[in-house]
Amino acid sequence: MSGAGSSQSPRPKPVVPTEKAQRARRRFIRSVMLLAGVIGTSLLGVVPVFRAYARRLRPPGALDEKDFLASCIKCGQCLQVCPVSAIRLGDIDEGVGVGVPFIATRAQACDFSCDAAQCILACPTGALTYTKPDFFPMREGAGLARAPVLKARADEPEPTLNLRERMGLARLTRPQACLAVQGKGFSGPVRDAAFKGRMRYMDVDRWKPIPVRDHPYERELCDLCVTECPIDDAIALEAFTDTDGSRRFRPVVREQCVGCGVCEMICPAEPAAIEIEARATWAANGEGA
Amino acid sequence: MRRLIEGFLCMLGAEPKKPGRPGDVSEEVRRIMEIKREDKSRIKEHLHEQARQSPRHTWRNRRWVVLAAVNLLFVLSFWLDIQILEGALTASRFVGFHLIDLNSALQVMLAHKHIIVNLVIGTLTVFLLWVMLGGRSFCSWVCPYHLVSELTEKIHLALARRKIVTEHAFHRGTRAVFWVLFAVLAFVTGYTVFETLSPVGILSRALIYGPGLALAWVFLLLLFEVFWSRRAWCRYVCPIGLTYGVVGTLSPLRVSYRVEPCFHEGDCRKVCLVPHVLDVTIKGRATVAEMGLGPDCTRCGLCVDACPTGALRFEVKGLSKLL
Repeated sequence: MSGAGSSQSPRPKPVVPTEKAQRARRRFIRSVMLLAGVIGTSLLGVVPVFRAYARRLRPPGALDEKDFLASCIKCGQCLQVCPVSAIRLGDIDEGVGVGVPFIATRAQACDFSCDAAQCILACPTGALTYTKPDFFPMREGAGLARAPVLKARADEPEPTLNLRERMGLARLTRPQACLAVQGKGFSGPVRDAAFKGRMRYMDVDRWKPIPVRDHPYERELCDLCVTECPIDDAIALEAFTDTDGSRRFRPVVREQCVGCGVCEMICPAEPAAIEIEARATWAANGEGA
Repeated sequence: MRRLIEGFLCMLGAEPKKPGRPGDVSEEVRRIMEIKREDKSRIKEHLHEQARQSPRHTWRNRRWVVLAAVNLLFVLSFWLDIQILEGALTASRFVGFHLIDLNSALQVMLAHKHIIVNLVIGTLTVFLLWVMLGGRSFCSWVCPYHLVSELTEKIHLALARRKIVTEHAFHRGTRAVFWVLFAVLAFVTGYTVFETLSPVGILSRALIYGPGLALAWVFLLLLFEVFWSRRAWCRYVCPIGLTYGVVGTLSPLRVSYRVEPCFHEGDCRKVCLVPHVLDVTIKGRATVAEMGLGPDCTRCGLCVDACPTGALRFEVKGLSKLL
């Protein structure tokens, strides 16, 4: 190394330039290949994100998917404040964006046990926001008619949740699997022993969510999706007459549903009879149901 | 001023300038070189020999402690819920104050096409912080990928010594091209494409939120560096490094080089991540007796540790003269 400086000082060099030029050329080609390789890989990593547009549920207050993907800085601060760890960050194989937050509702729903959608407060970029800026129009049917009332705080002076748009909508996707539709009751823990999901039960501890498996239920007719729903007037059991003429009940999702996923998490049927459709709007639901 | 521009261009990929015209080298440097040629003092060589036998790791150890502490603070803030440094390296809150990584902020604003007020405040804080602390010092003192890459670099060097692997250098300008391409990609796709494979974000999140499959990409990068090209990501790809390099252009905190005690042996260049900033240490390259290294310098201090004669040392511009 030490001699490199002096050997390069001006001196007649007949053959060196061509060899040097060849080295430079090889280095240039290598560099172009590096560029192509890394950029190509990065684009490959983005394809699943763009193809899986309408799949996963985003945390409350998320901008529309396109704007959300653009503005999320992937720091996980929303995840850190969630008392039930409902929010997870996407991995490369999940197609939701590396480091981008989502909620897998069947595993752990957002039960609003933080009382105020703390994840929105934690977001540094406004990818999750209480109030959308004017230049982001609201999709029709995404907005909530009125502020959702938290059942847990119903007798407090300000029981509403600062949330103007729904995350998605619950749908009874497997009515034949629904215990209520079958006219059945339910007793015991709703999910198997390995289930790690947690929820806040006001009658157990207002501030500390407990594992759902530690909270067995006893019902004449299964109405867990209705009673455990954290939002007032978002879902109700309605009577209907079955094909055989018998009077049955089924859960019906109402317009106040924000798409938090508690009904899906708590549903004793396996797989769940009721599921969240991420980013579904009310108008579409009205037509589809 | 001219040296500043040269250093900046060198960071973007230009070859370091060699003094060509006779007027380029200052009178003082010429006198020093003259003295050095005549005075081959045995004492100095003796000192040199001694230093060679016991390599110092003072700055490296300090740096590793700081790097580990910062990343541990992120981890513990979440795990133990002590809430001092919440978030990850891309964006965080330090006791409530927003801190936003400059490159992540840039990518998000390009993808989003809106200036977000919170982001501006946090970005400005971080900008000022790294102007003070030396820009690319983020790389060597904070970035977790820098540390793992620094460790696997030892494997690469050991294999290269045994002639098992050969080093393949790329053009240093590639990083500047990457910077532009990732900026354009963010703007065009509306998604922060770079974050998909940024080992900095992936590693930081893996440390805090638990490991994931994305670590496989980091592992591949490390394999590439071990078997093909030394420190390839940091040297030729990482746009974060270039962003912080630009920020550090005017930073007062830097490593400075003095011609007088230098033996021009090149131990410093052998350990350096960005050896082009140490081009001035080659005999005949220095134009002034004392100068700061270029903005691409990560202020890692490996050269300071490697230099047996104290020709390289940390300084705070302006402050050192006062003391």
